[in-house]
Amino acid sequence: MSGAEKIAVRVAEVTALNALVTRFRFEPVGGGLLPTFSGGAHTVVEMQDGEVKRLNPYSLMSDPFDQTAYTISVRRDDEGRGGSLFMHENVKVGDEMVISNPVNLFSLDLRARKHLMIAGGIGITPFLAQIKQLDRAHGNWELHYSCRSEALGSYVDYLTATHPNDVNVYYDDQKQAIDLENLLDGQPLGTHIYVCGPKGMINWVRAKADALGWPREAVHYEEFLAPQPGKPFEVKLAVSNKVIQVGEQESLLEAMERVGVDAPYLCRGGACGMCETRVIDYAGNFIHRDHWLEDDEHASGEKIMPCVSRFEGKTLVLDR
Amino acid sequence: MTLQFNDETFREDYSFHNSQRAINRFPFPFDKDSYMYAVNMEQHRGGPADSVYEKRFDVDEHYVSEMRDRALVLADDPLRCQSLPHMTLAGWDLLELIMVSKSEDYPDLFQLHRNGDQWHWINKPLGIDDTFTFMDETTLPYGPMEYITRQAQGDFCVLDQRDDNLWMDAGTVTTQADWSLDFDIGMNFFEWHAPVPLAHEKGIFVRALKFLLNIQQGAPARRLNWTMTVNPLLDTSPENYHKWGVQKGTITPENIGAKQHLRVELQTFYRLPRSNALVFPIRCYLCAFQDIVTMPKWGRRLHRVIRDLPEELATYKGFIDNRPMMLDYLSKFDDGLPTSNGIWPEKDSEPPLQV
Repeated sequence: MSGAEKIAVRVAEVTALNALVTRFRFEPVGGGLLPTFSGGAHTVVEMQDGEVKRLNPYSLMSDPFDQTAYTISVRRDDEGRGGSLFMHENVKVGDEMVISNPVNLFSLDLRARKHLMIAGGIGITPFLAQIKQLDRAHGNWELHYSCRSEALGSYVDYLTATHPNDVNVYYDDQKQAIDLENLLDGQPLGTHIYVCGPKGMINWVRAKADALGWPREAVHYEEFLAPQPGKPFEVKLAVSNKVIQVGEQESLLEAMERVGVDAPYLCRGGACGMCETRVIDYAGNFIHRDHWLEDDEHASGEKIMPCVSRFEGKTLVLDR
Repeated sequence: MTLQFNDETFREDYSFHNSQRAINRFPFPFDKDSYMYAVNMEQHRGGPADSVYEKRFDVDEHYVSEMRDRALVLADDPLRCQSLPHMTLAGWDLLELIMVSKSEDYPDLFQLHRNGDQWHWINKPLGIDDTFTFMDETTLPYGPMEYITRQAQGDFCVLDQRDDNLWMDAGTVTTQADWSLDFDIGMNFFEWHAPVPLAHEKGIFVRALKFLLNIQQGAPARRLNWTMTVNPLLDTSPENYHKWGVQKGTITPENIGAKQHLRVELQTFYRLPRSNALVFPIRCYLCAFQDIVTMPKWGRRLHRVIRDLPEELATYKGFIDNRPMMLDYLSKFDDGLPTSNGIWPEKDSEPPLQV
């Protein structure tokens, strides 16, 4: 079986935070305790959306030491393939769902003298768990959180009320922006940067830190990609000897799973590397969208990450 | 089955011995008649009844004596146990993992009572009955990793995971096959494996690291590794090479069956939940040649593996000089009959030695 170990949960609370974000609280089915986790971990939520089974990763935002429940916050994406819409429109209190054991691809570096957190929008969620973890250990941290508007500032009230000296909030619609150069310039030696938010923000912070001479190892980031819809394409799976059609609204990984091919995966967001698949033959163009493969690997035509990447062309033969 | 703990030594008079039960459950590491490195990982989810795979942390007849030997090693050389400052949380993770596993798997030997952060731990074989506050180091006589690894057989490497690599940042290592925690502390996966021959060229470590980085909570893995040790020494460390290295020269055709031991490591890998570190327990099992060859399949196979092992590996594992004498001894237990696949002795189905 692929993916992390599964946990059966019941939806205990559904809380709309604002026009875009809803929080879900999961408790274990049949009582008992959930595993502890480390701040920055995510869980993969399984959704049975009619005929389609969707598996989306969401950062755990609850206290990592609280084993009674996990919480996640889901931002609705009206342009996406429907995972977040399913969560918003179909998931109700009392529903039973299956989630994965926690997996952490955005872990704190516990050697850091100081943790400098930079969040954009829904990218706040992993930091909520990390802050709980650091507070317990009396860790030194500081958060800079950029939101579109006060109305869409999820957890701003909670954060500023509990940590008035460590939380800085910026609203786009009030023309407030993080003064990144000064912020990075003023940090003590041994500081680690963590950034979670839209791709543009991650690239901005990484480029600025690089230009200012920050060590690569001291800059951590996480961006989950949702698979994007695209034109249908055909794939030959050489090992299982099957030819499959990847539909407009499904990922290559989902299409393989639909026909019963047990392909490995973990994050389903182009970050962990688990689903890396060898290309045996192709005629056409890859649409690589992952963070895992290097640029030269993308150009080589030898590998694809089927969780988020697609293909356009005549022939694609994979080693699966 | 109620465990009887041996009163035995792993030094000086070497009174270590394996009962018939211990021989039956010895983790013979060769699943076929030849050996080469492989990323031979499998899930660690139990195994045949009374095998070393059955429980998460195997407790056997050597437990009490092994813990006594560990205390002696640590008294002589405190640097066998080290934990860099950022690894304390992982130490608590390890303490929790071992206490929960042992109390669930061996309720007659170990008990854990938790009331919030107030924990009460009873270790009957070692006569320990302690109450402490979870996550409060001041309530334990040692740091959490040292406290619990003084009560668990095998070495423990606690590896930090960052920058797509693993780092040897904590551990208790007193029963090792000639490597040093004090030397390796702070090294990454490729650095501490640098001395191993052949495996780098075969890409073994790149693949192994990728596998280990992806080990998930609730899904531990395991593999076997092996080497050779003259006399039942747990502490074959570089620090004490001057004491044990010379003993390799004491082997004779008369005493080799009793003195030469196959040393097998049951290596397991667990993701630690609170710290996202990885713990790598390395449990050492020793078995004298004369006990191994009581299993006809193992006698046949051990001869063939040692005979055909590449010279680099016999050198790296430290028995190249003694190999001819080992083969003289082992060849008497190899009648050329075929062997069945797998590591289990199959004593009932495998034919007895034909002489």
